[in-house]
Amino acid sequence: MSEWLSPADFQAFLLSLRIAAISVLVSLPAALAIGWMLSRRRFPGRILVEAMLFLPLTLPPVVTGYALLVLLGRNGLLGGWMESVGIVVAFRWTGAVIAAALMGFPLLTLSARVAFDNVDRRLESAAETLGAGPWRRFLTIVLPLSGGGIAAGCVLAFARAFGEFGATISFVSNIPGETRTLPIAIYELMNVPGGDAGVIRLSMLSLVVAFAATLIAAVLGGRLWGSRQRA
Amino acid sequence: MLEVAISHRYDDASLDISFCSEARSIALFGDSGAGKTSVLDAIAGLLRPDAGRIALDGKAWFDGALSLSVPVRKRAVGYVFQDGRLFPHMSVHANLLYGPRSRQGDHDGLEEIVDLLALAPLLTRRPATLSGGERQRVAIGRALLASPRILLLDEPLTGLHHEARLEVLEHLRRLRRRQIVTMLLVSHQPIEVQALADEVILLGDGLVLGQCDVETFARDSPRPNWHVTSVPA
Repeated sequence: MSEWLSPADFQAFLLSLRIAAISVLVSLPAALAIGWMLSRRRFPGRILVEAMLFLPLTLPPVVTGYALLVLLGRNGLLGGWMESVGIVVAFRWTGAVIAAALMGFPLLTLSARVAFDNVDRRLESAAETLGAGPWRRFLTIVLPLSGGGIAAGCVLAFARAFGEFGATISFVSNIPGETRTLPIAIYELMNVPGGDAGVIRLSMLSLVVAFAATLIAAVLGGRLWGSRQRA
Repeated sequence: MLEVAISHRYDDASLDISFCSEARSIALFGDSGAGKTSVLDAIAGLLRPDAGRIALDGKAWFDGALSLSVPVRKRAVGYVFQDGRLFPHMSVHANLLYGPRSRQGDHDGLEEIVDLLALAPLLTRRPATLSGGERQRVAIGRALLASPRILLLDEPLTGLHHEARLEVLEHLRRLRRRQIVTMLLVSHQPIEVQALADEVILLGDGLVLGQCDVETFARDSPRPNWHVTSVPA
């Protein structure tokens, strides 16, 4: 690998993997909770929640990154207070995780919601008559039967986070070893004379990751439908 | 003793059901749309009536006047749904042990129920690989292993082919003979009612049209319009 990729490029690749994986892990609980609410609850302002949820997909990523900077930057609305308690995310890899999580969140939440929608509610009624409370029904019926769809959502969110560029560079800039992810490394090489070969190498790497993620998501998504066997 | 006195309004229909029975095996008999399954759902707690009272052996599960509604999971009903509703991602064995008794580590009843319903060859299989009759037998076993105080059977023979119907019917007959639990059967087939019930509640258009013992039902049921004129109220 080191012969094919420079140490800096390899570092950017590993950083992208780490940021994407952690962003999915930290956003999963909230995505499951909101996906569940949207699937099973009717509440005032539901449409507003859905609209806000999809904002990161519809807004230019640079705007999302700028909004994060305004909110969480050192002089931001929350950032100043966060710094006073020792939490700094702007221009740090943790900030890149936040940007990546935000961009992947709609995909994860939507996948979870669709997966929950596809669980036969009558099975939950059956479990309830057998004495199962809400958590037991969720853990033993809903989660296993929606697991394929949720896993597919995780993979899609991972791929989205892995490829995240606009919000990340706006919020945490390009700091080698800290925030220089694979897409940022590609962008940087594009602006360097003679960087074409590096751009092609890293682009191929991105393509492989994206294709593998899409393939895995399709297989896992297929399991979702496969799990809807006759009861 | 099962006491049901409930009323409920739907958009296009209504339910006004009142009956009381001390029989060990009761049948709700009537045509489609009579309200039979709604009564089972109300007893199980899956349908909350607008008003009324449901009690088993003097213990109220629902009382509209007192705003009392015992949660579904605490009613101790065994519900055998028309479509089985086995959990597709679990083996037959895991389905059978889903009820509360298994969580308390008491598997004593498992062997007995497996024998009673001839489930031993099915234990490792998934519901999707079972025939209709096998699925219903597993559903009955799963409901029984939840230690219910009443077993609700919603047309458990509907949709089964002839051999499977006979097979499940025989198992239900055996269950009735053993008097393991009070049974409330929903059916629109007189032959099933005669085979399984001690007492029959006749429903039509969301109302109780009559109540009689199964012998009277068997004697009068062939007559035209018998259910309106012949069954003692």
